[in-house]
Amino acid sequence: MKVALFIPCYIDAIYPEAGIATYELLERFGLEVEYPLNQTCCGQPMANEGDQENSAAAEQLFVENFSGYEYIIGPAGSCVKHVRHHLDAIPQTTAVREVRTRTYELVEFLYDILKVEAFPWAYFRYKASLHNSCSSIRGLHIAQPSEHMAPYYNKSEELLKMVEGLDLVPLDRPDECCGFGGTFCVTDEAVSARMGLDKVHDYSRQGAEYVISPDMSCLMHQQGIARKAGIDMKFIHIAQVLNGGPF
Amino acid sequence: MAKQRVDVAGNAASFIDQDDIHEPFHDKNLWAARMKRDAAARAVPEWEDLRTIASLIKEHTLTHLDHYLEMFEANAIKRGAKVYWARDAAEHNQQLWEILSARNIDAIIKSKSMLQEECGMTAFLENRGISVTESDLGERIQQLDNQPPSHIVMPAIHKTPADIAAIFANAIGTDPNNTDPHYLNEAMRADARKRFLKAGAGMTGVNFAIAETGSFVVCTNEGNADIGASVPPIHIASMGIEKLLPKVSDLGIFIRLLSRSALGTLATQYTSHFSGPRKGGELHIIITDNGRSKRLGLDDFWHSLKCIRCGACMNTCPVYRRSGGLAYGATYSGPIGIILDPTFDESKYSELPYHSTLCGSCSEVCPVKIDISDQILKWRKVMAAKKYLPISRRLAFGAAGKVFEHPTLFHGAETAASAAMKVTPHFLLYNRGLNPWGRHRELPHFAKQTFREWYLQYKQQDNEEPQQ
Repeated sequence: MKVALFIPCYIDAIYPEAGIATYELLERFGLEVEYPLNQTCCGQPMANEGDQENSAAAEQLFVENFSGYEYIIGPAGSCVKHVRHHLDAIPQTTAVREVRTRTYELVEFLYDILKVEAFPWAYFRYKASLHNSCSSIRGLHIAQPSEHMAPYYNKSEELLKMVEGLDLVPLDRPDECCGFGGTFCVTDEAVSARMGLDKVHDYSRQGAEYVISPDMSCLMHQQGIARKAGIDMKFIHIAQVLNGGPF
Repeated sequence: MAKQRVDVAGNAASFIDQDDIHEPFHDKNLWAARMKRDAAARAVPEWEDLRTIASLIKEHTLTHLDHYLEMFEANAIKRGAKVYWARDAAEHNQQLWEILSARNIDAIIKSKSMLQEECGMTAFLENRGISVTESDLGERIQQLDNQPPSHIVMPAIHKTPADIAAIFANAIGTDPNNTDPHYLNEAMRADARKRFLKAGAGMTGVNFAIAETGSFVVCTNEGNADIGASVPPIHIASMGIEKLLPKVSDLGIFIRLLSRSALGTLATQYTSHFSGPRKGGELHIIITDNGRSKRLGLDDFWHSLKCIRCGACMNTCPVYRRSGGLAYGATYSGPIGIILDPTFDESKYSELPYHSTLCGSCSEVCPVKIDISDQILKWRKVMAAKKYLPISRRLAFGAAGKVFEHPTLFHGAETAASAAMKVTPHFLLYNRGLNPWGRHRELPHFAKQTFREWYLQYKQQDNEEPQQ
């Protein structure tokens, strides 16, 4: 099966190891992985601002890059949520609709499509907390939101349970937003930072050495908060744990 | 116009920065309410079905509103109530003034009503020499402190017991150092009782109005609405046009949802039904539009009229919990405020839709399934399209849009690591004058090699291998 890899701009520039881990992980499952070279951004930053005019070109380019693939996989919940639910600044042609429905976040692709049952190469001997992003939980349904009354499930957690050595510690407020929120983190800096600090303190209270997430953008914010507060904690993408690196 | 725009982010920052007490206290108490709500909801196996049914009943009623309003009016009149229609706040207040002045009433007591807040009723009456006493404890605290309610259900939740002790000491002479809630409550009760007995009229809001009976229901936890409705000879109720339910049998669904969602209790302590005036008394109902019919005509936003004012969205909102309700500078705060307030004044409240991380928890707790989070994003589109955004933000996103449109520009910008700070994901950092990322956060380190560069190298090795 040939799949396209969607690497969001901030992973490309700041967290390439998350992209590399995703690429290698997909290859381990026998997939032919292509990375369309002209990709830039899915349009989310502008669209979340309500700015349809300026997100249209990025959305158009995204569709041009990813048309024709059976699956498009991105290791980033909020970007995938944008593509699936909100990529509507451009006319909804057949190509656009196809790209939107074929785009998957990595965890849901592994869990729902590949139905992975083991990561025999993965070994991670640390205490860690899981951070599922709000976009992934409430937008992509990779876990049951705590406020919605239905049976518990958590796809990221299920995958991480297959990793030998990993000790996942629960949080006091498991799916409380960390306050990243895209542009919110600068336009609403005080609230964003307070939310981030509360989140980081929650990890600390549980004795977590690592924070693992399918959304590196939340972690970019949390990592910045932890560093500034002098809290020694590591933040990594779930693909790195499931692939056994690179770290 | 721009001058009066509410700076919600700045106000929230002040709430956080004032000390180390208020914001953590506020966050902790409201989170506790959310946890109690979760436990109460979890104990009802059909919880999610109740939400769906409640949503459908509200949608049905709102799409046949003229029919049910007329039915309610006819039945309420049959029961002996006087019914008035008010198109806006001014008409609401004028109708009320005419009722009170015709009877020479110079003092009233009132229970909580968000509609009366919308109408600025208290200030209106006080300007005309009528004294107004809030009978809800939290509202009374806010009244004595000259502040509007900061929360729909818990109006003074942003205050600590020490704050309240200071206010009461000043207003009713309690010991400023005694912060015991029991003591403070008792002192306020003794002070308020006298006012309750002197009042010429009692005002309430309306939680639910039943079209088929012409009766209405008021829910409180303090019984204060009942004092207002039963001690003075005249009961005047302010009712928004969206408060209707078709039948008495619909009511049970909403009563089950309301208090569980609000505070995690099974029902409000007092759920009082009013069906016509009591013997020798008068009952007046002022049915008020005040922008609701306009909202009903907005395709993207009319669902906000389903709101039953439980405050669950505020309790769960991580941003509201860190901001305090007063930061929103509006009658309604929190997620529901973000989607209601702009319908009153788009320019003044144009920043509100940005005071959200779009985490979506509000939509999930809402007992009538209002798509609050989606509406927040839709309001951003309205604000962006109508150019309400500050120019710096618009230019930044215009520039980002251009960079993302052109792969070569993007990759060029990205590979020059330091220059990249001005573009790519660092759209975060566009506004150099502002540059608030760094106040509480370290900057992310840029990788020596982008993913794209790694991929190209990897592919090249791949291609070379067979030849070796």
